[in-house]
Amino acid sequence: MESVLALDNVWLALLLKVVLLLGFFLTAPLVVGYIEHKGLAHMQSRLGPMEAGRFHGIGQLPADGVKFLQKEDIIPAAADRWVFSLAPGVALVPALVVLAVVPLGPGLWAEDLDAGIFFALAVSSVGVLGVLMAAWASANKYSLMGGIRAAAQLIAYELPLVLGAAGVVLQAQTLSLVGIVEAQHSFTLLGAVPVPYAVPQAVGLALFFVAALAELSRPPFDMPIADSEIIFGHMTEYTGLRYAFFMLAEYAGMVVLSALATVLFLGGWYVWPGVPLPAGPLGVLLGFGVSFGKIVTLTFVMIWFRATFPRLREDQLQRMSWLFLIPLALLNIVGVAVAKVYG
Amino acid sequence: MLADYLPLFVLFVLALAFVGLSLLVASRLGPSAPNPTKNAAYESGIIPERVNDVRASRFTVKFYLVAMLFIIFDVEAVFFHPWAVSLRSLGWYGLVVMAIFVALLFESYYYILRRGGLDWD
Repeated sequence: MESVLALDNVWLALLLKVVLLLGFFLTAPLVVGYIEHKGLAHMQSRLGPMEAGRFHGIGQLPADGVKFLQKEDIIPAAADRWVFSLAPGVALVPALVVLAVVPLGPGLWAEDLDAGIFFALAVSSVGVLGVLMAAWASANKYSLMGGIRAAAQLIAYELPLVLGAAGVVLQAQTLSLVGIVEAQHSFTLLGAVPVPYAVPQAVGLALFFVAALAELSRPPFDMPIADSEIIFGHMTEYTGLRYAFFMLAEYAGMVVLSALATVLFLGGWYVWPGVPLPAGPLGVLLGFGVSFGKIVTLTFVMIWFRATFPRLREDQLQRMSWLFLIPLALLNIVGVAVAKVYG
Repeated sequence: MLADYLPLFVLFVLALAFVGLSLLVASRLGPSAPNPTKNAAYESGIIPERVNDVRASRFTVKFYLVAMLFIIFDVEAVFFHPWAVSLRSLGWYGLVVMAIFVALLFESYYYILRRGGLDWD
């Protein structure tokens, strides 16, 4: 399948892709942020923001953004100025670059790389460097502790994430994200019932989702920024826009990992495997709507987790990954491989 | 093939520009009134001691151990992906070879486990 954005004029196509992507990148995290504000509030019997933007605080996040722009940018005297200043950018940029390879609708992607999933997983882990840089450069003992916790956590949960995705690669026999959606579209369980990969890869989905939560340091895996112990981890010393970039990186990360989970396990832009979309622009719009709906649903579940589960302790967190998730992921791969060769 | 990565490169540059420009705007719009108290490390109101040795401070060796284990296991995770793509054509041969690989991994995993490499006391 060709990208609908592949025009005759290469440069025009490039411009279109980049503009659409930047637009999506700057709006989707705001939608997620708004759902977090309101969803979390209602789960805790609060109203959440109600004033900005007149309708139920719909303008809260843009208002926050404008406010962040006007704040003083404080760099602590003992900090390593250069590393401190660069860190938020290092955390934010990879999220945007990953988004470019994730297909969001039929023909709606910037690049269909042969090794798409590999690229996505590799680049999305670069953001960790930003966290480490921030922690190290802040010259604050709580920041440093947060950074070390973040590093230990991210490397522990990188494995279940990559191995969970490997199960899908086994099933689809391709690393291309568009290829995975198409393979999933023609998949039938036992040669009869069309289902998304979430059914045969239920273990993989659980591994991927839990690991994604941990990679994003979302509760219940928010040890690196545990506010009752270490203030706010690597973000303690940040103010104004630099702090806002870390928050934007977190929400963008939620969008990116939910989008990846949608492509890998939930059938991407198809409503259900085997059910075709209408041809033409309507199909493209509908497909985008379906995949955005799935992404938002997944991010809502992440927010729901935040309101439900208490934070894990560092040792519990490490034990869960090394003693449970990683062996489970390896066994899952062996199981899927046997089923694939035998079936 | 390398041309596939052109939009990604353009996006990368644009993302950098976005970060740089908005920081520039923020530095123009925001006030700047530094003073020694404001620029001190924020440690919940407790005056930080030995500010300059924070980076030389000690933390548990467990973190290093985890990092080393990760490198070993992550290299193996990379092996799984190309193998996964071509499993259909490799057939039973591919399966048996990977079973041996996974068995070896589990053996070293068991060793680490029994030596207490994964204990967080």
